[in-house]
Amino acid sequence: MLLTESLATFGRYCMFMTRAFAIPDRWSVFGRRTIAEVSKLGIGSIPLVLIISVFIGAVCTIQMKLNTSSPLMPAYSVGLATREIILLEFSNSILCLILAGKVGSNIASEIGTMRVTEQIDALEIMGINSVNYLVMPKVLAFVCFMPVLVVFCMFTAILGGYGVAIFTDIISVSKYEYGIQAMFTEWYVWYAIIKSLFFAFIIVTISSFYGYYVKGGALEVGKASTDSVVSSSVFILLFDVILTKLLLQ
Amino acid sequence: MIEVRNLTKSFDDKTVLHGVDATFYTGKTNLIIGQSGSGKTVLMKSLVGLLRPEEGEILFDGRDLLKMKRDEIADLRKEIGMLFQGSALFDSETVLGNVMFPLTMFSDMNRAQQRERAMFCIERVNLLGAENKYPSEISGGMQKRVAIARAISLNPRYLFCDEPNSGLDPKTSILIDELLSDITHEYDITTVINTHDMNSVLGIGENIIFINKGYREWVGDMSQIYNTSNEALNNFVFATRLFQEVREYVAEHGTIAKRKS
Ligand SMILES: Nc1ncnc2c1ncn2[C@@H]1O[C@H](COP(=O)(O)OP(=O)(O)OP(=O)(O)O)[C@@H](O)[C@H]1O
Ligand SMILES: [Mg+2]
Repeated sequence: MLLTESLATFGRYCMFMTRAFAIPDRWSVFGRRTIAEVSKLGIGSIPLVLIISVFIGAVCTIQMKLNTSSPLMPAYSVGLATREIILLEFSNSILCLILAGKVGSNIASEIGTMRVTEQIDALEIMGINSVNYLVMPKVLAFVCFMPVLVVFCMFTAILGGYGVAIFTDIISVSKYEYGIQAMFTEWYVWYAIIKSLFFAFIIVTISSFYGYYVKGGALEVGKASTDSVVSSSVFILLFDVILTKLLLQ
Repeated sequence: MIEVRNLTKSFDDKTVLHGVDATFYTGKTNLIIGQSGSGKTVLMKSLVGLLRPEEGEILFDGRDLLKMKRDEIADLRKEIGMLFQGSALFDSETVLGNVMFPLTMFSDMNRAQQRERAMFCIERVNLLGAENKYPSEISGGMQKRVAIARAISLNPRYLFCDEPNSGLDPKTSILIDELLSDITHEYDITTVINTHDMNSVLGIGENIIFINKGYREWVGDMSQIYNTSNEALNNFVFATRLFQEVREYVAEHGTIAKRKS
């Protein structure tokens, strides 16, 4: 029962995606909408990313120091471990889980509201491919802007840890500086960016999918928005495992 | 001309339309009338392909909508303008943006021409001065008029209006009726209007289709409606005292003075 239902949903998702990936009716309109989405979904997320990264970076540094204080560990290991956590998981998976909440619910409720107020029908009646019109600019905008958010997140999180080194006596600045540079693997940055591209795609398409097929009224829009966050989070975690296995082995 | 044959539509196990037959003529205002819940909106949405009926044929000048592929439907829809019962304006666009929207998507006009055309449509629905407001900033009746302006902006061949004058005062209502009637005759459009407003029925009903509980109960024009023997239609049309008196007057004098003369 559950299996057939999931398969049916997956089938509908695939059909939804084939409608999304069509030639836009008007390129100029498509371009304008994409730029608007970059500003709304991408640039609009920067404040949130900034706040979260600074604090998590700081907390990571403090926790590392408190929990790994052993005479056997070199002092710079705090900076090193903080950096690895940020690069490997925080700047992509955790960040995307958080963005699934912000961006995903925003998309699902926006498209869901358009559905229940018949705006999507109005698009269809004009002969517009509404899936393509609504979803493609969001996908393109968010997937392209995601690397910017990831790099920005890495940078600010490491700065957060740096703040701890400067303003407290938990760890010395020179040890932290040495730690964040020690044994650096450039591939980890690429790994984070590659993963985040998949996650961005998951967030936008799944939440659009949930919004697009809302039936009913405002209540169902709220439910669709919650459901979309849950599903995209699950898929982000699932793909995190798969991609980590593929990319880091 | 749009011909509908044996149209049947159900939701789950509830049949809403029972084998409806109807013809909508080009250059005429075709009215679908019926009580609330009788299936007018469902019929109209089936006509334009937003709902898929289980049975029947819908012929747009001979082309069967139900046999078309998705891109054929998209092409046909470029000739269709539709006004939804709930207006369905785009929240993120201004009045002008809404009316210009179909033009930006499908016309070959440049920006200035699009603007000019949109302003012309806005003027026809008496909304000059509101073009820079957002849908949330204008009244329900004004939203309805914006939606009409949007529906006619591309000069459609087929125009569908789901209750164009519900929520409007009698005066604006007549204005909208006359607008719809005028453009229908002027551009030779096939216009289909859902309504339960008796003023419209008696004012512009050139071809009236009466739907009762999902069955097509009666077809005729506004002059025939006064002396119909159909009981359901009589109950529907002459439900109010005013229209009962109008009927008596007509029985006595033959006709009422034409509104537009
Ligand atoms: N999506 C749907 N799912 C289930 N039933 C529906 C759906 N849409 C309409 N119906 C049912 O179909 C019947 C006809 O509805 P419809 O909206 O066509 O009425 P209407 O004639 O347009 O009424 P009104 O004048 O109030 O707009 C109603 O009984 C309604 O419950
Ligand atoms: Mg209706």
